[in-house]
Amino acid sequence: MSYSDKVIDHYNNPRNVGSMDKKDADVGTGLVGAPECGDVMKLQIKVNPQTNIIEDAKFKTFGCGSAIASSSLATEWVKGKTVDQALEIKNTEIVKELALPPVKIHCSVLAEDAIRAAIGDWKKKQEAVKPVEVRAAQ
Amino acid sequence: MSTDVKTATPTSKDIDIGQRTAPNGIKLPIYMDNHATTPMDPRVLEEMLPYFMEKFGNAASRNHPFGWVAEEAVELSRERIAKLIGASAKEIIFTSGATESDNLAIKGVAEMYREKGNHIITAVTEHKAVLDTCKHLEKFGFRVTYLPVQKDGLVDLDDLKRAIDDKTILVTIMAANNEIGVLQPIAEIGKLCHERGVIFHSDAVQAIGKVPIDVNKMNIDVASITGHKLYGPKGAGALYVRRKNPRVQLVPLIDGGGHERGMRSGTLNVPGIAGLGKACAIAQEEMPQESCKMAGLRNRLRDSIMSRLDEVYINGSMEHRLPGNLNISFAYVEGESLLMGINDIAVSSGSACTSATLEPSYVLKALGTGDDLAHSSIRFGIGRFNTEAEIDYVADRVVETVLRLRELSPLYEMAKEGVDLKSVKWAAEAH
Repeated sequence: MSYSDKVIDHYNNPRNVGSMDKKDADVGTGLVGAPECGDVMKLQIKVNPQTNIIEDAKFKTFGCGSAIASSSLATEWVKGKTVDQALEIKNTEIVKELALPPVKIHCSVLAEDAIRAAIGDWKKKQEAVKPVEVRAAQ
Repeated sequence: MSTDVKTATPTSKDIDIGQRTAPNGIKLPIYMDNHATTPMDPRVLEEMLPYFMEKFGNAASRNHPFGWVAEEAVELSRERIAKLIGASAKEIIFTSGATESDNLAIKGVAEMYREKGNHIITAVTEHKAVLDTCKHLEKFGFRVTYLPVQKDGLVDLDDLKRAIDDKTILVTIMAANNEIGVLQPIAEIGKLCHERGVIFHSDAVQAIGKVPIDVNKMNIDVASITGHKLYGPKGAGALYVRRKNPRVQLVPLIDGGGHERGMRSGTLNVPGIAGLGKACAIAQEEMPQESCKMAGLRNRLRDSIMSRLDEVYINGSMEHRLPGNLNISFAYVEGESLLMGINDIAVSSGSACTSATLEPSYVLKALGTGDDLAHSSIRFGIGRFNTEAEIDYVADRVVETVLRLRELSPLYEMAKEGVDLKSVKWAAEAH
C-alpha cells in the first residue's frame, strides 16, 4: 500500500495520543470498530460546559496506517470546534485531506463514527448530570 | 514493443526501493520475505546466461547442434532436479511454475482417473493454486473433502484415513506451508495413500531444497516444484510424475507439439530450466549446512523478539517447521501498521489490510487463531543471503515498533486495565 505523505506523517507523528478520565463529566469517550475487523478507535473529547467548545481531544487506535492517520486528524479537527460544529465533520473530508485510496475509505467512516460516539457519550453525561439545566436551556 | 510508449504503470526505473546503508553497515531495505520469492543465487544466473544468446537453440530441434546443446542443458537440469528428490530424470516434466504444476497435477489426475472415481481430498491450509483448482473441479462433478488442520497446523492422519473412500482418486497435501512453514507428515500420508491405492500429489515448492524430500521413501506420486523459491528463476517450474509403482498418467492442460512426453506441450524455457536445475544442484550440495544456519537465524530472531515482548504468539508448530520460517502474532497491534513502521524490512502480514480480498489469512483462521490475532501476524521468511547482523537489526526494529504501536493501541490499554476484550460488546456490527 503506498500512502500519501500526510498519512505517513500522521503515522510517524500521531497528534494527541493518549487517554482522558472516562468518568470526568466533561469528557466524552467514543470506542468504535472491533478487533476481529482489524480496526478499533478510541476518541475522547473534553468539552467546556459553558461554551460547548471541545478544548482537548485524545485518541488511541488499533488499525492500519490510514486508521491511525484518520483518527489523529480527527482529533486535530475537533479541537477548538463547538460540539455542533464537530458533528458536521464528514468522512469524505478526511478522505480528501489524507488522499485515502478507495479500500481505506472505511477508516475515515470509522473516524467520523468515533467523533459522533464521543459527542454522544458526552451529551448523555450532560443529561444525566444536569437534567434541569439542559431542559431550561431548550 | 516500442519503447517510447508512455503507460500509466510506473516502470521499475521509476520505483525506487530506497537502497541505503544503516549506520552499522547493513544494507537497507532488508529482504526477509523468502516464501514469496527468493533472490537469485549468482551461480544460477551464471548457469542461465549462455542460453539466452549464444546457446539459444530450441531443445526440440533434433537435427542440428543448436538444438542438441539446448537439449543437453535441459536433460542435465532434469537429472539435477530428479536427484534432489530421489526420482529418475524421466519422471520430471517442465512447466511454467508452481501454479501450473498444481493445476496439471490435480486436473490431469482428475480427468485421467475419472472412470475410477470422482473424490479428491485436500486440506484447508493449501495454497490457492490447489484450493481454487479443486473448487473448479467441483463444478464438473468432482467431490472434494477439505480436511481441517489441528491447532499446530498439521493434518490429522485419522481424519485422512476416514475421508478416503472407494471413489477417492487423489490426495493433495502440501509438504510445507507458505505462510506458517508447517511441514505436513508427508511420508505417513504417502504410505496411507499407497495402502489405499490413491494417488498422492504434494505441492512441495516451499519444502524442496530446504528440507529433505524423497519421493520414493515418502510415497509421493506427483510433486510440484518451482525455481524461484529456491534461489532460481521465476517462470521455471517442474512436476514430478511417478513412472512405476504405480505409473501415474495425466491428461495434459496444454496440447500442442507433444513435448514432455505429451504431458506439457510448448517450447521449453531453456535458460529458466538450466537455472532451475542449477538451483537444485546447489541445494543438494548445501542443504545440510544451510538448513542448520537458517534454523539458527530463525531461532535467534524468535528469542530476541520474545524475550523483550509479552503477548507474542507463534503460529503453527515449531517442531514441524521449515528452518527459515517464523510466523508471529503481536497481540493488540495491527499487522499493516506494523509493516509500515518497519518499512526498511520486507516481510508479509496475514492482516486483511495487506490482502487483495480484505480478509485475514485463511491459513491462520484454520489453526483456530482468532481474527484479531490473524490481523496482528507477521511472516518472516529467512533465506540464504540473510545475516546475523540483519536478524538483530530486524528484531530491534520489530520490538521498538510494536512497543510504539502498543502505546497507541486502545486494546493494549484496555487489556492492561484488566478488561476482557472478548466480553466487550464491539460497535462494529453497525457497518
